[in-house]
Amino acid sequence: MGLFGKIISKLTRTSNASAADWDELESALLGADLGPTLASKVVSTARSVKTDSAEDAVYQALLSALSTKSREISRAPSGPTVILVVGVNGTGKTTSSAKLAHYLTSQDEKVLLAAADTFRAAAVDQLLTWGERLDIDVVHGKENADPASVAFDAAQQVVAKEISFLVIDTAGRMHTKNDLMDQLGKVRRVIEKVVRVAEVLLVIDATTGQNGLIQAKVFAESVDLTGIILTKLDGSARGGIALAIESELGIPIKWVGTGENAKDFAPFDPQSYVRSLM
Amino acid sequence: MFDSLTQKFSSVLSSLRSRGKISQNDIEDTCQEIHQALLEADVALSVVTSFIDTIRERSLEVLPTLQSGTNQAQAIFEIINQTLVEILGAEARRISFAKTGPTVIMLAGLQGAGKTTMAGKLAKFYADQGNTPILVASDLQRPNAVTQLQVLGQSIGIPVFAPEPGNGRGDPVQVARDGVQFARVKLHNMVIVDTAGRLGVDESLMKEAAAIRDAIKPNEILFVVDAMIGQDAVRTSQAFLAGVGFDGVVLTKLDGDARGGAALSIVQVTERPIMFVSTGEKLADFDIFYPDRMASRILGMGDVATLAEQAKKAFDPDTAAKFETKYASGEDFTLEDFLEQMQAMSKMGSMTKMLAMLPGAGAMKKQLDNFDEREIVRTQAIVQSMTIAERRDPKILNGSRRARIAMGAGRTVTEVNSLVDRFSQAQKAMRQMRSGKMPAGLPPAMTGMGAGMGASRQQVMNVKKSKSGNPAKRAQQERG
Repeated sequence: MGLFGKIISKLTRTSNASAADWDELESALLGADLGPTLASKVVSTARSVKTDSAEDAVYQALLSALSTKSREISRAPSGPTVILVVGVNGTGKTTSSAKLAHYLTSQDEKVLLAAADTFRAAAVDQLLTWGERLDIDVVHGKENADPASVAFDAAQQVVAKEISFLVIDTAGRMHTKNDLMDQLGKVRRVIEKVVRVAEVLLVIDATTGQNGLIQAKVFAESVDLTGIILTKLDGSARGGIALAIESELGIPIKWVGTGENAKDFAPFDPQSYVRSLM
Repeated sequence: MFDSLTQKFSSVLSSLRSRGKISQNDIEDTCQEIHQALLEADVALSVVTSFIDTIRERSLEVLPTLQSGTNQAQAIFEIINQTLVEILGAEARRISFAKTGPTVIMLAGLQGAGKTTMAGKLAKFYADQGNTPILVASDLQRPNAVTQLQVLGQSIGIPVFAPEPGNGRGDPVQVARDGVQFARVKLHNMVIVDTAGRLGVDESLMKEAAAIRDAIKPNEILFVVDAMIGQDAVRTSQAFLAGVGFDGVVLTKLDGDARGGAALSIVQVTERPIMFVSTGEKLADFDIFYPDRMASRILGMGDVATLAEQAKKAFDPDTAAKFETKYASGEDFTLEDFLEQMQAMSKMGSMTKMLAMLPGAGAMKKQLDNFDEREIVRTQAIVQSMTIAERRDPKILNGSRRARIAMGAGRTVTEVNSLVDRFSQAQKAMRQMRSGKMPAGLPPAMTGMGAGMGASRQQVMNVKKSKSGNPAKRAQQERG
């Protein structure tokens, strides 16, 4: 039985669910990090859905909070598809970049990884180790090299070698650090001297609370996000913050990470996510 | 730090202050608003409910005893503050050192919480106090966690015990055990063991952490947790408490704008104190956690205690004494003093961080974000391009002198003009302070600092003024 199982079965049994029952559902939604705004919105939608089953009402209310935008990877119309992976510290950008590259190679695509996290100690080594394990080439510079220059090199390489995908791992940065956010904007501009950036994916850790919403807003302002990678869904956290981001900012969740192995990564499936949430 | 939560509390409390006489309904409204603010701050629902209940109960108890003439809002405010301090842990706890042999500290937490960086920060913090820590690389899971620790250790000159390359190879329990033994033989008095990040639900990894614990019998197990964590904080911290156990909590990434409500939840649910906080990526961005200061901070009262401490560190006693004599003797404040103060202040660290500790800083977050640290350097350059005579008596600065100074400092004449203007304002403020017209609040250099600071300075003043709890006095201030 899922998180809301007990409440839903209660709502189903009582023909006239009381306000207290709905409050209980709202608490459960809050517990899943949907945040007060979205939680109360979902409850009021669920209450207004005309259906016999409370379960169905909640299911539909949750689905209606999700964006209708495509969750497919947006490929460049011609030439290489460049994907920039961004986020705050410790959300799993490096691991996600490697997993995404692995996923694409398993689809018979040629992929290049770029280690543009030149700040964190040994982040480049971490990506190189992944590259070795997965047999994917990794472009990197010296430690403390300018991340934009690493990204630029990589962009030139994918164009010259006609590689179809470039996945760029960037350093974690707190969205409150203006200079680091500016640096990210610069990385993007420098890449676009060579090739357009098709996707900018924000990595959100499923354990993140309501601060995730602010993170997404600030990152969207500086690099124009096209999607979200929701990581660490294998823990006890439900990742409801990603729903809140999608509902409020319309940025679609595109991928989910569910473990430490390269294969623990999949395209986001709204129906099954909402089911697992319930 | 806790900024958004602070903003919420500020608005709740100012609306409470705006009422002359507080009724039961007002208290109920305040409780509702705090309820919402805490939920948005990721405090767990159960913790919010019990916090609100306590506040309501205590406030209603006190209300009838308050005369309408006294400052009721202040009394309620005190209750909220007191309750927050109680939850946050009443007083700061320190690491308990081993009586014999090395003190062993083990770090545990979720992936990405910041354990490895924290290991480096702790080592530096204790090494600076004369200890001889070593770092032990028992995170053999995450690719290159061992390398990361080695790089960190090298940058701060702390030995790193890392016999295994990691990346999934080697036995972390054995490494931890050998590490402690190594420290014992080499007479290091502290061992900091970095372990792999693990999920609360992962039983096998949790068992491994317990095995490390049993092998090294740490004096302290610290649970490292990201300040941005949401409602999962409760489940995760309970899982770690049951699985490995811990003695204290370290909050990381407090330099963001996370409301940090998880801190309240974890302390409440696990009854373990927060011991350290980490506020940035640099190894020096680290501090002991002070519950009373944090409570003041959450409530928008500023963190004046920390600021004062840093000021004490930066101003050497001689300089301070000199200023005092000067101040008392009625001598005028000159550009030389201005420069000296500014240099002392830049020793205290990042201006933005310091200003954020001032009361009411929550309200001027935007300006703080836009504050350009280089402004201080530019101001210094301008003052240093002046002759001693000019610094002592800026009145002699005519057009050609100003042009020469601008040239020397590599700035424009307009910038020189604006600095001189700001300085004369500061000088005036100093004179007023001496004659007792204005409370001695900010150091003059701070009031006159940087062009970007114009707006913020105004706000600091406003906030200070609005602090009057007496409605009549406040109205008078507002008119003035």
